[in-house]
Amino acid sequence: MNSTAHNFKSNARVALGDQQLQSALGNLKGGLVANRTKARAALPEFEALRDVAKDIKNHTIANLDLYLEIYEQNARAAGAVVHFAETAADARDIILKICRDANAKIVTKGKSMVSEEIGLNAHLEAAGGIEVVETDLGEYLVQIRKETPSHIIAPAIHLTQGQVEADFRRLHTHLPKDRVLVEPAQLVNEARGILRQKFMTADVGITGANFLIAETGSSIIVTNEGNGDLTQSLAKTHVVITSIEKLVPTLEDLSTILRLLARSATGQECSTYMTLSTGGRRVNDHDGPPNYHVVILDNGRTDLIGTEFQDVLRCIRCGACMNHCPVYGAIGGHAYGWVYPGPIGSVLTPALIGVKEAGNLPNASTFCGKCADVCPMKIPLPDLMRHWREAEFDLGDLPRGYRTGLAGWAFFARRPRLYHLAAKVGIPLLSLFGRRGRFSSLPFAGGWTRYRDLPAPQGRTFQQLWAERQAGVTR
Amino acid sequence: MPLDTSKTTTKPQVGLFVTCLVDLMRPSIGFAAVKLIEAAGCDVVVPPSQTCCGQPAYNSGDKATTSAIARATIAAFEGFDYVVAPSGSCAGMIKGHYPDLLKTDPEWSKRAVALASKTYELVSFLVDVRAISSVDAELKVRATYHDSCSGLRELKIKSQPRTLLASVKGLDLVEMEENEVCCGFGGTFSIKYPDISNAMVQKKADFASATKPDLLLAGDLGCLMNMAGKLKRQGSRIEVRHIAEVLAGDLSAPAIGEA
Ligand code: SF4
Repeated sequence: MNSTAHNFKSNARVALGDQQLQSALGNLKGGLVANRTKARAALPEFEALRDVAKDIKNHTIANLDLYLEIYEQNARAAGAVVHFAETAADARDIILKICRDANAKIVTKGKSMVSEEIGLNAHLEAAGGIEVVETDLGEYLVQIRKETPSHIIAPAIHLTQGQVEADFRRLHTHLPKDRVLVEPAQLVNEARGILRQKFMTADVGITGANFLIAETGSSIIVTNEGNGDLTQSLAKTHVVITSIEKLVPTLEDLSTILRLLARSATGQECSTYMTLSTGGRRVNDHDGPPNYHVVILDNGRTDLIGTEFQDVLRCIRCGACMNHCPVYGAIGGHAYGWVYPGPIGSVLTPALIGVKEAGNLPNASTFCGKCADVCPMKIPLPDLMRHWREAEFDLGDLPRGYRTGLAGWAFFARRPRLYHLAAKVGIPLLSLFGRRGRFSSLPFAGGWTRYRDLPAPQGRTFQQLWAERQAGVTR
Repeated sequence: MPLDTSKTTTKPQVGLFVTCLVDLMRPSIGFAAVKLIEAAGCDVVVPPSQTCCGQPAYNSGDKATTSAIARATIAAFEGFDYVVAPSGSCAGMIKGHYPDLLKTDPEWSKRAVALASKTYELVSFLVDVRAISSVDAELKVRATYHDSCSGLRELKIKSQPRTLLASVKGLDLVEMEENEVCCGFGGTFSIKYPDISNAMVQKKADFASATKPDLLLAGDLGCLMNMAGKLKRQGSRIEVRHIAEVLAGDLSAPAIGEA
């Protein structure tokens, strides 16, 4: 997928002025956020589970080679074809070849952010002449609008119901014009009717995987619409596209983490469908896809092992960090400019497409800490964003004015005598100009005073007044 | 800074970390802090060799400068029984981040950890360390309180300010919606991303105004300047002040952003 992360600032400005988007984002608080709060409160061991889950993933990542081997062995033994893809291009090619071998004309897809990461749909359509149909309702909406997901678990969260109705009327022209589309259920039913036909005619079904389980060689998808199950069981070939860090050692580990996933994501105790796939259809099975492929993408992830960014590999893509992020809540997901928005995106995107392209993302945070607070896997997201800022600083990538300002400030901050002398002279001067107690415009603080007044200094510094007071006492 | 040993006192010696913003912008908060710490039975010393906790450099990725500032701050304050700052953000920096920052240097790491263990934000110091549960102040106002992020999430400051505010005679505390959501200040964030910062502080101002308070309080001057700046631009009459000013019962200085 092409990135507009370098345009983050102007993307954000557009998003802030988009009334439809703002009204859609307004629903986050009463929905996903409120639901998570309730679900967490109802599970006394939630905090303890976070520690257990963190340990499980840390252990897995520390022994990733071992568990990948075990997974691969068990998956192959169960009849899976396992492919390793080092880059996005490798993954695209592998999947295109599988589709060609299956003579695929129609491919159905369950929700997969990794497929967005590798730009799969566009590749299958352009290079393979294949019709790709997204079957998750949110993904379907985004696809018919030629957009990209703006959230990792709720791809169409940027849309209002009115926009969806208008799109359906525009595109589903074979349906009666006077049909009623007021209730969400009516919209869902219409989409369901259309997607049903696609499921029946698809040659290949592609899904993601929330986890790969080493001890059984299985993959699992966790969904609420059941579309993933139809995608993966009705076509003759099922392709799983997932990434290398999605491994867990055992089914027991899986069930521990699943208890956190649904609660953190949507506030459900568990998702509606949790479907494990272990190999393709066996001789005595009544149904299921005869061919089962698993494509495991690296795309730079293993490079993070052993670095200060390793913690990000614990992520289970629940979306809680973005649901609770005040910056995401203000601008939505598209402004981040690439596949993964919100705090997780601000850490992951620079790792996957480079800090030069995505440098704004880890900077656009107040470090309020809410994301780390809600992350079920206890990923210290603000600390990781700060590490990206350190990388940028070391590369000399800061804007020149900012760098000069910082250096000037640092010069004084490291020299207390000079600092207090300068403050003693400068602050009273500055306060003279701020007679009303504040400035409504200042040449060096234009960004601030465009929207806010800047409170003026009281007049003299504390150190100065304190020194006078001490002198008075001892005199 | 050597302690004054001529005084024959057994009172705990508190080094006041004034914070750069209070030093430069609003000394009255510093004096309110001194009054409260003294009333809690401590002696206050203000080392002149302090400047800033280093967050502007730290959050801009400049680790070398931050480490130099951290070492200077540790050297200036490690002789005291306690270090107290009228800011959750700066106290959190010393308490949470200095040890992390200096962890690869065995000697400084030890000193950073030692300093961290006796560093406190003002209000939590009063309540948690000095076991103060009421202050001697009277003020007939309706107030609302914003939980600043670092204090709330790094230092778990939530009940302490409310305990003390409840003891101010005549003060009526009304909680606003989303009092735990960031105000959009974020230090350099407010200057680097003014559009987003504005959207955040706009929301904060709306929620604060909705409770129709006379006073909007918080424990961090950065957030207060941001919120006051927005409210004053809107022409709001709400007075914005640091909680220490109210607890010390000294509102003689005009509110933030007012003359
Ligand atoms: S970083 Fe944490 S909160 Fe964000 S998506 Fe990943 S697991 Fe969920």
